[in-house]
Amino acid sequence: MKQICPIFKREFLGYFRAPVAYVFLIAFLVISVSLAFSRYGGFFRAGTAGLESYFVFFPWLFMFLVPAVGMRLWSEEKRSGTAELLFTLPVTTLEAVLGKFFAGWAFLALAILLSFPMACTIGYLGSPDWGVVLTTYFGAILMAGSYLGVCSLTSALTKSQVISFVLSLGACAVILFLGFSSFTDTLEKTLPLPVADALANFSFITHFDAFTKGIIDPKDVVFFLSLTGFTLFLNVVALER
Amino acid sequence: MIEVKGLVKNYGAIRAVDGVTFSVKRGDILGFLGPNGAGKSTTMKMITGFLRPNAGTATVDGIDVTADPVAVKRKLGYLPESAPAYPEMTVEEFLGFIAEVRGFRSADAKRAQVDRAIGLTHLAPVRKQTIETLSKGFKQRVGVAQAILHDPPALVLDEPTDGLDPNQKNEIRALIKSMAVEKTIILSTHILEEVEAICTRVIIISQGKVVVDETPAQLRSRQPGARLDEIFRTLTRGDI
Repeated sequence: MKQICPIFKREFLGYFRAPVAYVFLIAFLVISVSLAFSRYGGFFRAGTAGLESYFVFFPWLFMFLVPAVGMRLWSEEKRSGTAELLFTLPVTTLEAVLGKFFAGWAFLALAILLSFPMACTIGYLGSPDWGVVLTTYFGAILMAGSYLGVCSLTSALTKSQVISFVLSLGACAVILFLGFSSFTDTLEKTLPLPVADALANFSFITHFDAFTKGIIDPKDVVFFLSLTGFTLFLNVVALER
Repeated sequence: MIEVKGLVKNYGAIRAVDGVTFSVKRGDILGFLGPNGAGKSTTMKMITGFLRPNAGTATVDGIDVTADPVAVKRKLGYLPESAPAYPEMTVEEFLGFIAEVRGFRSADAKRAQVDRAIGLTHLAPVRKQTIETLSKGFKQRVGVAQAILHDPPALVLDEPTDGLDPNQKNEIRALIKSMAVEKTIILSTHILEEVEAICTRVIIISQGKVVVDETPAQLRSRQPGARLDEIFRTLTRGDI
C-alpha cells in the first residue's frame, strides 16, 4: 500500500503542472459564489448567517465539474500509452486506482475549502453556527468523493476524455435526479411508494441535505463511502479486464 | 533468467501470439525480429505483466508473471513502444517519480538513481525541460533512462533505437552492449543490422510463431551471400 504515495503525489501535482487546476479552481469558485449571490441563491435575502444558500447548489455543480476533474484520470493514461508504463511498474491495480482517486479527491477538497472567504463573510456579518458550517464542509467533501468515484470508473472504460466526460455526466445526473423533488414526485405517482422511496434514497441530494443542516447521520456517511468504495472496486475490475 | 513457454494471446478471434517458447540467459542480448503485427510487442507485454496471456507462462528469475506480477515488475526494466511518458513533467520530475515507485524514497537515494540514469543516457542538457518539448530522440532516451533507472537484472526494450539519428543509435547500442555482461536483455527492432551489431541471439517471429531461434552468424549462413533483409523476407513470407 505504500506505493499509493508516489502515485498520489504525481497525480496531485499533475493538476498544477497543467493549467487545468487553475482554470478549474477559478471556474468552480466564480460559479459557486455567483450562484449563491444570484436570485436563486438569495445569500443575503435569506437573512441568516449560514452557508446553506451556498452549498445548496453543490450537488448540481458537482454534476458538471467533478467529471471535468475525473475524466482524465484513466482516459488520458490509456490514450497516451502511459498506462502501459504505470502497469509495468511494481504497483498493483488497486494501489494505482487509490493513488489517483485520492489525488483527485484531495484536489476537489482543496477547491471546496478555498470557499473559506464565504465562511469568513458570514462570520463577519453575523454569528453563524460553526458546527453546521463544519458538517456542511465535511458532507460536501464526502459527496465529492462519491462523484469522483463514479467519474473515475467511467474514465477507466474509455480512451476518449470526451466520452468519459459525457458518460460520467450522465451517470452523475441519474444519481442526482433520483432525489430531485419534482422528479421523485413523478416517480411516486408511477411506482409503488416503497420503490420510489428506495430509489430516492440512492440520490446525492437526499444524503447531502442532512449535512447542510448540521446532522452527521451515519447512514449518509455510509452511503457516500460505500458508493465510493463500490465504484472504485468496479474501477479496478474494469482496468484488470 | 527469462523463460517463456507456450505463450498464447488472442484478440477476439485473432490469435496474435501462438505458442511462443524461448529462454534467455544472463549475458545474452536477444534480438526480437518480425514484421509489424507479428506479435513482438504483444509477447513483450505478456513477459512484463502488462497483458495476461490466454495460455502459457513467462517466468523471470523463476517467478511466474501470472502468479506474482509485481515481483516480476520489480526485476524488470521495460521500455514500451514509442516510450510513453507524462508530457507535462520535466525529465527530472519524471525520473524522480519512477525512482519513488521503484522504492528509492529518500531524497539522496532518489537523486543518486536519477543522476546515474541521466548520466548513462546523456540527458543532462534537458533535465529541467518538460517532456512534451523534447525531440523524439530525447524522448526515446528518457524511456531508456526510465527502464534502467533501478539497475534491473533484466531489460525488455521495445524498439529502443526507434526515431534516433545514427549517432544516437550508436550511443544507445553501446549502452545496451555495455550493460549486457551482468544483465539479460530482450530488444525488438526493425533494423536488421542492429541485430548483427549487438545481439548474441536472434528470434524471428512470424504470424505469432517463432520461426528462427539462433545466433546472427547462423542466420546469415542460411543463405550465404544474401543480404539479411532477403533472408528475413524468405522467413516471414507468411506475413506478407
